[in-house]
Amino acid sequence: MDKMLLTRWFWLFLVLPFAFAGFRVVQVVWYDASALGPDPAQNLVDLFGTIALWFLCAVLLVTPVQTVIKARWLLRQRRALGVACFAYALLHWLSYAGLLLEWQWQNLGQDLLNRPYVIVGFLAGLMLLVLAATSNNASVRVLGLRWRKLHRLVYPAALLILIHMFWVARSDYTEVALYSAVVLLLLLHRSRQRAKSA
Amino acid sequence: MKAPVGGKLTERDVTPETVYLNRRQYLKASAVGAAALMAPTLKASESAYGTDPAPLWLKSQNKQASPSPFSTTEKLTPYEYVTGYNNFYEFGTGKDDPEKYGQDFKPHPWQVTVSGLAEGTGTFDLEDLLKGLGVEERIYRLRCVEAWSMVIPWLGVPMAALLQRLKPLSSARYVAFETVYRPEEMPGQASFFAAIDYPYIEGLRMDEAMHPLTLMATGVYGRSLPNQNGAPLRLVVPWKYGFKSIKSIRKITFTDRQPQTTWEKSNAREYGFYANVNPAVDHPRWRQSEERRLPSALFSSNRVPTLPFNGYAESVASLYQGMDLRKYY
Repeated sequence: MDKMLLTRWFWLFLVLPFAFAGFRVVQVVWYDASALGPDPAQNLVDLFGTIALWFLCAVLLVTPVQTVIKARWLLRQRRALGVACFAYALLHWLSYAGLLLEWQWQNLGQDLLNRPYVIVGFLAGLMLLVLAATSNNASVRVLGLRWRKLHRLVYPAALLILIHMFWVARSDYTEVALYSAVVLLLLLHRSRQRAKSA
Repeated sequence: MKAPVGGKLTERDVTPETVYLNRRQYLKASAVGAAALMAPTLKASESAYGTDPAPLWLKSQNKQASPSPFSTTEKLTPYEYVTGYNNFYEFGTGKDDPEKYGQDFKPHPWQVTVSGLAEGTGTFDLEDLLKGLGVEERIYRLRCVEAWSMVIPWLGVPMAALLQRLKPLSSARYVAFETVYRPEEMPGQASFFAAIDYPYIEGLRMDEAMHPLTLMATGVYGRSLPNQNGAPLRLVVPWKYGFKSIKSIRKITFTDRQPQTTWEKSNAREYGFYANVNPAVDHPRWRQSEERRLPSALFSSNRVPTLPFNGYAESVASLYQGMDLRKYY
């Protein structure tokens, strides 16, 4: 496969889920009010949350996959994947705050103070924000070695996101268990790599 | 199959509802309900609401349903949502799972086992259990603990009439219900990571169960219950959060001790035995002061304030007089 082509069109892969969600929204607004079910806002919140989670897994997968198939072009896409993860997490929050709560600031504040799953989700979101904001070349240059250290924040963020999911789940932990297994395996792999290189 | 194991039901057991139900009083209390006497869903053709695979006796009993003064006149939640957006974890945790994965479930033939502190204990064919009981159409609000709500035209028999023919002893203070356990037909029951115990158990205080508003539902939207709505027999308690209204009931037990319900066992801090709809008592996950009346729209979520006892306070608040509803949530 042409690596240049893959690199050039990689962004398509990042926006594909957004196009899907956008298509659904257009459908709901103009054609078929039931396209997202009877509770469309909640549906959209869940959808964006899930997509963000996929990209989080993708980001964490890059390094181990890269060591196996030696695809350096993939390594260069890692930051893009991370920014995508943040973007979908932001859409997750925006649809929760804007569509579900309709910007009732008092309720938003109360949720943030009283509901543990909202607290951990919000903290994880802040971490992703810091990472996304420092994902440009300039930040890498300015921060130097500290950049790598800072970007290890993705690991605590991933753990908080798992806790967020665990606390949202009500009656069945199959999905959480699945994602937890993936994330924990990747974390384990990372820590062993680090132990080896130390 | 037909012979009851312990007790036998006869026509004589069809207790006049009036013993438990002072209609006049409730008619007065719900003047609004009178307008609902033209029940809209009863005249609908079967094809409009899917094919109804129920046996003939149940279909014809449901067809004879009479309208009820307890019905609300609020706008009905469309059939496709009432039967396509469900919490029935036995079939999966997604809202569309019950419709998707509930179709292999076989609700007929059905038997109900009655045990505990009653004279009419035994195992009964559903047909015998319901024989002679008048089905009513009751349009109720259903408030889910997840802060959404629907308006649903149920068909069913007053719970009081059904329980009365089982002749509970005076020592019976609670009645417990149990959902059927069939992991081979209910994928959720077979899930390895299920966080709740199956079979699902719910319960009511005897006076709650005997309250005129409490319904044993046999149908919805003029037809028999689809599998995803709890075929063939489910509880409907309109002033409590939806999870109290247990589906596909296989066992009824009269007892003198408060039954431990499935959700209490799973998470007692979040789900109490009473589970009365109460905007003043917050839930750790969901704000209970308001609800989204479904269907909601993407850019206007149709929020309405949640009422104490889901708007049925006038009829049921007296059941809880003197109780601290913050403690007994």
